[in-house]
Amino acid sequence: MSDRIIGQVKRVNGPVIEVMGITDAEMFELVRVGKENLIGELIKLQKDSAVVQVYEDTTGIAPYDPVYGAGMQLSVELGPGMIGTIYDGIQRPLEAIRELSAIYIERGIAVPSLEREKRWHFVPSVSDGQQVSGGMVLGTVQETENLVHKILVPPSDSGVLKSVVAEGDYTVEETIAVLLLEDGTEKPLHLMQRWPIRVQRPTRKRLPLDIPLVTGQRVIDALFPVAKGGTVAIPGGFGTGKTMTQQAVAKWCDADLIVYIGCGERGNEISDVLTEFPELIDPRTGRSLMERTILIANTSNMPVSAREASIYTGITMAEYFRDQGYHVAIMADSTSRWAEALRELSGRMEEMPAEEGFPAYLPTKIAEFYERAGSMESLSGAHGSVSIIGAVSPPGGDFSEPVTQHTKRFIRCFWALDRNLANARHYPAISWLDSYSEYLNDLVPWWEQQAGPEWFADRTEIMELLHKEVRLQQVVKLVGPDALPDTQRFILEVCTLFKNAFLQQNAYDKIDAYSTVQKQAKMLHIIVTYWQRGSEAIKGGATLVKLRKMKVYQDIVKMKFSVANDDLSGLDKIEARLERAMDQLEALHA
Amino acid sequence: MPDPQKNPLLSGREYIGVDKIDGPLIFVRQTHPVGYRDLIECVDGQGRVRLGIVLESSTNAVVVQVFEGTSGLTLPGTRIRFSGEPLTISVSKEMLGRVFNGLGQPIDGGPPQRSDVELDVNGMAINPTARQYPRDFIQTGISVIDGMNTLIRGQKLPIFSGNGLPHNELAAQIARQAKIRGTNTEFAVVFAAMGVKHDVAQFFVHSFEESGVLDNVALFLSLADDPSIERLITPRTALTLAEHLAFNEDMHVLVIMTDMTNYCESLREISTIRGEIPSRKGYPGYLYSDLAELYERSGMIKGHEGSITLLPILTMPNDDISHPVPDLSGYITEGQIVFEREMDGRGIYPPVAGLPSLSRLMKDGIGEGMTREDHPHLASQLFAAYSYVKDVRNLASVIGEEELTPLDHNYLEFGMQFEQNFVSQRMDEDRSVEQTLDLGWEVLRTLPVEELHRITDEEIEKYYGS
Repeated sequence: MSDRIIGQVKRVNGPVIEVMGITDAEMFELVRVGKENLIGELIKLQKDSAVVQVYEDTTGIAPYDPVYGAGMQLSVELGPGMIGTIYDGIQRPLEAIRELSAIYIERGIAVPSLEREKRWHFVPSVSDGQQVSGGMVLGTVQETENLVHKILVPPSDSGVLKSVVAEGDYTVEETIAVLLLEDGTEKPLHLMQRWPIRVQRPTRKRLPLDIPLVTGQRVIDALFPVAKGGTVAIPGGFGTGKTMTQQAVAKWCDADLIVYIGCGERGNEISDVLTEFPELIDPRTGRSLMERTILIANTSNMPVSAREASIYTGITMAEYFRDQGYHVAIMADSTSRWAEALRELSGRMEEMPAEEGFPAYLPTKIAEFYERAGSMESLSGAHGSVSIIGAVSPPGGDFSEPVTQHTKRFIRCFWALDRNLANARHYPAISWLDSYSEYLNDLVPWWEQQAGPEWFADRTEIMELLHKEVRLQQVVKLVGPDALPDTQRFILEVCTLFKNAFLQQNAYDKIDAYSTVQKQAKMLHIIVTYWQRGSEAIKGGATLVKLRKMKVYQDIVKMKFSVANDDLSGLDKIEARLERAMDQLEALHA
Repeated sequence: MPDPQKNPLLSGREYIGVDKIDGPLIFVRQTHPVGYRDLIECVDGQGRVRLGIVLESSTNAVVVQVFEGTSGLTLPGTRIRFSGEPLTISVSKEMLGRVFNGLGQPIDGGPPQRSDVELDVNGMAINPTARQYPRDFIQTGISVIDGMNTLIRGQKLPIFSGNGLPHNELAAQIARQAKIRGTNTEFAVVFAAMGVKHDVAQFFVHSFEESGVLDNVALFLSLADDPSIERLITPRTALTLAEHLAFNEDMHVLVIMTDMTNYCESLREISTIRGEIPSRKGYPGYLYSDLAELYERSGMIKGHEGSITLLPILTMPNDDISHPVPDLSGYITEGQIVFEREMDGRGIYPPVAGLPSLSRLMKDGIGEGMTREDHPHLASQLFAAYSYVKDVRNLASVIGEEELTPLDHNYLEFGMQFEQNFVSQRMDEDRSVEQTLDLGWEVLRTLPVEELHRITDEEIEKYYGS
């Protein structure tokens, strides 16, 4: 770090420090404060004074303490070694910190984000004299069994390669190529590059979002699907299962890489992920889930300003892998804590508040964050995507609060968690009435190709039933179910079946934790068939009791547990049995 | 520990006369550079010393907060001494069995506490990678907790209560009965009282005395008539001792903190005096972070024997669970035990509301090898059935019980038995987890077997019986 003194502390108020006597400093410059070298970022400049937010506890910082400038913006290090690592909000590796400072995180610890000693086997794919531009692939490093880390030319550089090293083992800091820039200067390139966290990495163009991010969660994939490159908000009061839903998606979705940002949440949740993920096997690659996960942990007791930065740290890493042509999914748990960090910092800077004390620029910040998602063609022509799944924790579970409302403006898929469902231990507690997905129509072709032509019609039919059920339930609440005719009671019956047999999913069951789209489509079709044939049978004179007492009914209820993903013949059998039973019933009343 | 390298000339410097006193805050102008959050001593005209910390430091003024209140201070006569180091307390195992004020000074008439270990009361953030994921079942002997909202060693599980509800009784019962099955290790109890009445503190002391565990309890009392500002430091002092006992002395510590609502109100008081921008209901925007600093100090650490299990008690103002204090707590803690006034009115003890109560760590701490293999499904089935009972009761209140279907009548009977036989128990009743689970099956037998969707056929055969 450079030890250029840029000013002195004037006032300390929690994580916000006013600095006086600024000589030269740039906006968002990385700074270090005091003798303990606390990391901070310069966020406001005015004449000869500035405001710095410090990413560590400021206890003991006093006026006239020196402030050092690093001469660069707050950046992340991008290169081999990130996968499977757990970082804090400003990309300090927590495992390495633990080796230095035991169980607590001491202040002022400086550990490089990427391990400096480790050698990676680099295979160049370019040669001397080749013309390259920003974002082009220089070569590859096999980082994990399943992930080839592509080494890219930094986005802003282009020129002629003066020299390229031979295939071999290099550390992240060793020069692997020398680039002759257009202005004639030489620039060494490394396996590692830096990128400021608040700046979006450039791409060539945005691509349409027409492939779903398959999560294996039936209520999501079949009812409210999200596209690769899409944005989702999961709002819900405490105890409604935001973290459970995010963890389920992180475990089973078909992204190449997961960036899991624990932003202002519980330490034990991070510890849960750290214990569980290495043991879980990714169904698509057969390798540990940790080999496709990067964790960013800024728990609720860690400094609040680093919480603000953690979101940007995570998305910058995701963009870097997107530029290599990977599909990355970000779990941000929870964006409300991030917004609250903004509020706290804004309050300490004595800015004028807007709604509920949040700064007026809150919507802008939320928009900036979600707009970094997308399916992109990278500078090298590769197709990659960043999907953002952000949890929102509305105070009192009230969705009309500012963070939920502003988030809703900038996302296109909304999985609303419902307190009543959670109380009844119906998980995932995603409400089928309040949730929506704007990606639905774009994804229909993919679904029809993968899971057969009935899916969309089946989905429409079941959604219609669910909405009818709400109205019927209101009647039932007044007069009891007996007052309804059998045709209507059958709607209630089918909806209950659908909720138990399809929507509820046990995250801890070996088979039920994950369902392929093929299984989902078949299950959905079986239930819709039961509804269609059953309502015809009722019109023909069959009774509700008879329909319920069918043997195949119990098979349908248990099909989520009994039929494994890799062998769906069991579902075909159930369907055939259902058709037979209905035929018999009709014959009886014919 | 004082650092001799740090400001050797400036630390300990004393200023006579202050510029402004506002509530518990004192403003001093023209000081030497003073460190943020440093400890100060404030001496009044009679020579009485009060402790405080620096809340804000700038080149021209320092704001300090005095924990023991500012009554009797004068502008010219007050002396402020800056120590140049953060507030620490000396901690040791010998503090068990004694009574302290919020700052850790003994108030039981015994000698002052001396020890070589001086710890910063603010603590430091535990590195998430150092945490051990908690999964050891604590048997509290209370069915509704053991069976439905299992407490795990290292968990933070608050009781959301209301005024006049038996939260103190329940907390005391847990403290008396809590044990890890198959071990003899006892829990040390650290008790922090913030703004509670003398009677309440007396109740706990009595209860610990009667069960003979008082020697294993350290009490930190900042009662209702103590300066409200002292409440802000009380839980930190208590948790600092708990951390020492758990992670330096390898003990299992149960920390009871009551009443968190009073703590939050003190925080609001200070925030208002400082003119900060409020968020909801006048509470400062950093209430969440502040509560997290306390709650997150619980847990287990890899390679350490000990653990801190946290049992905060808070009274929901007007029984409103969406009030900022319970709401923000619920976002940090690992579940909550919610009390229901209506159940209390019907004489059910503990009046734990079945549905909103939750233990997040339960899933990994129960089942085969930990409690019993039928536990997870049984609990899930009880929740599902009880949730349906609520619907049936609503329906019955509209259309009358006679109009209900026979199945719904079964559910009403189940609901009644569940509350009377399973939830309800005596204050001195210590049920083993097997007793609890068997009771659960007994009340489930009021329902026909087809209704038990969440239980496997084998479990039905083994436990539901014929």
